[in-house]
Amino acid sequence: MFHRFANPTRFLRFAAVIQPWIAAITVALIGSGLYLGLFNSPADYQQGETVRIMYVHVPSAWMALFCYSAMAGACAIALIWKHPLAELSAKATAPIGAGFTFLALVTGSLWGKPMWGTWWVWDARLTSMLVLLFLYLGYMALNNAFDDPARGAKSSSILALVGFVNVPIIKFSVDWWNTLHQPASVVKMTGPAIHASMLAPLLLIGVGFTTYYLWVMLIRIRYEVTANKIRTLQRRQAATGESQA
Amino acid sequence: MNGFLQIVRRDLHLAMRQGMDSLMVVAFFVIAVVLFPFGVGPESNILARIAPGVIWVAALLSSMLSLERLFQADYEDGSLELLALQPVALEITVMAKVTVHWLTTGLPLIVAAPLLAVLMNLPDDGFVPLMIALALGTPALSLIGAIGAALILGSRRGGILLSLLVLPLYIPVLIFGVSAVDAVIGGFSARPQLLILSGLLVAALPLCPWAGAAAVRQGIE
Repeated sequence: MFHRFANPTRFLRFAAVIQPWIAAITVALIGSGLYLGLFNSPADYQQGETVRIMYVHVPSAWMALFCYSAMAGACAIALIWKHPLAELSAKATAPIGAGFTFLALVTGSLWGKPMWGTWWVWDARLTSMLVLLFLYLGYMALNNAFDDPARGAKSSSILALVGFVNVPIIKFSVDWWNTLHQPASVVKMTGPAIHASMLAPLLLIGVGFTTYYLWVMLIRIRYEVTANKIRTLQRRQAATGESQA
Repeated sequence: MNGFLQIVRRDLHLAMRQGMDSLMVVAFFVIAVVLFPFGVGPESNILARIAPGVIWVAALLSSMLSLERLFQADYEDGSLELLALQPVALEITVMAKVTVHWLTTGLPLIVAAPLLAVLMNLPDDGFVPLMIALALGTPALSLIGAIGAALILGSRRGGILLSLLVLPLYIPVLIFGVSAVDAVIGGFSARPQLLILSGLLVAALPLCPWAGAAAVRQGIE
């Protein structure tokens, strides 16, 4: 399975088959999640209608962390086994993860304005999400900083792993530095502390965002493979052009 | 160990020949801190409140400023490849480079810090924890920075890129460095913060040369 898809052509064929299915599942999950969340769940007794921001905010924050872990995992695979697809998928994951991180920050800010009366507070979770965004941006910048894309992929893989080791340390130190945010209420030892009518859309959108990530990643990998082919063709053309002249 | 000392001696020689470079880092450190009273006003109680943070942020930036040259000069004239070929583990070479970086930037920063603390009106209690925290924190900064310096070898616009890569990773050191000083000024013990700073340093000591050497290998491939 693992080595089967080291061949880009085989992977592209596989991707072309499953892509419409993933797209359909994504639309169904996010659509039903949004319907349940926006029309079919109660407003919070304290926060009123603004609590519905949660249905985008919390899954985005999950995805921000999930994407970074996926990226670091892909980078480890790329460095250890030199799997060509792993490099591509890490590169494809970074902008999606950065997008989810940004979405989590923006929705958090929009949620914070009515709740805390301010767009931004330097609380522990917001701050560590902001740092996570910088880590994503650093990865993407390093990936694009070299004339040779292979070199950029390798260097940024090391950076992603260094960042992955650092994420818990940064999280811990920021928690120490300041804690104002409410503690986590979905994942608790005693089971979820929110009602099922609110948990269902949250989980639907969470899974929907994951399939959305897979969907966009497939598109981006196909794009990267095609771009690589074009680059090779151009290089070959330039080489033959030179030898003729 | 012998190879380690030889590289340290070589790089220290090179640093001495270029003389002014490490002084320039200290000059930047001083000027960056001196800018703050102009920015926030000369009230001594405000300056005293922000002094630990300002000194730490300025130390962080000055330490980062000289990182770009850590491998770049050797990379450009090809001696980095020779250093990688010699029968000393590349990790040791990176460690030696980090040591020299700390000796030429971290150490001068620690020496200059009390003077700046006086200028910033830092309360008397804060001096000792500031020095200890800097002594524990600046080697960690050099170690973490070495990874960034190795990663940008051969890239376009290395310096700006380096700050984007390294500064987020510096945040834990900054947080505990500042809060150690704040704790003592506030009448608490700085022991937990200093222990965590030591922990960060001890964790960085083996991991950073390892990652840095991996990055150097990518760079000279």
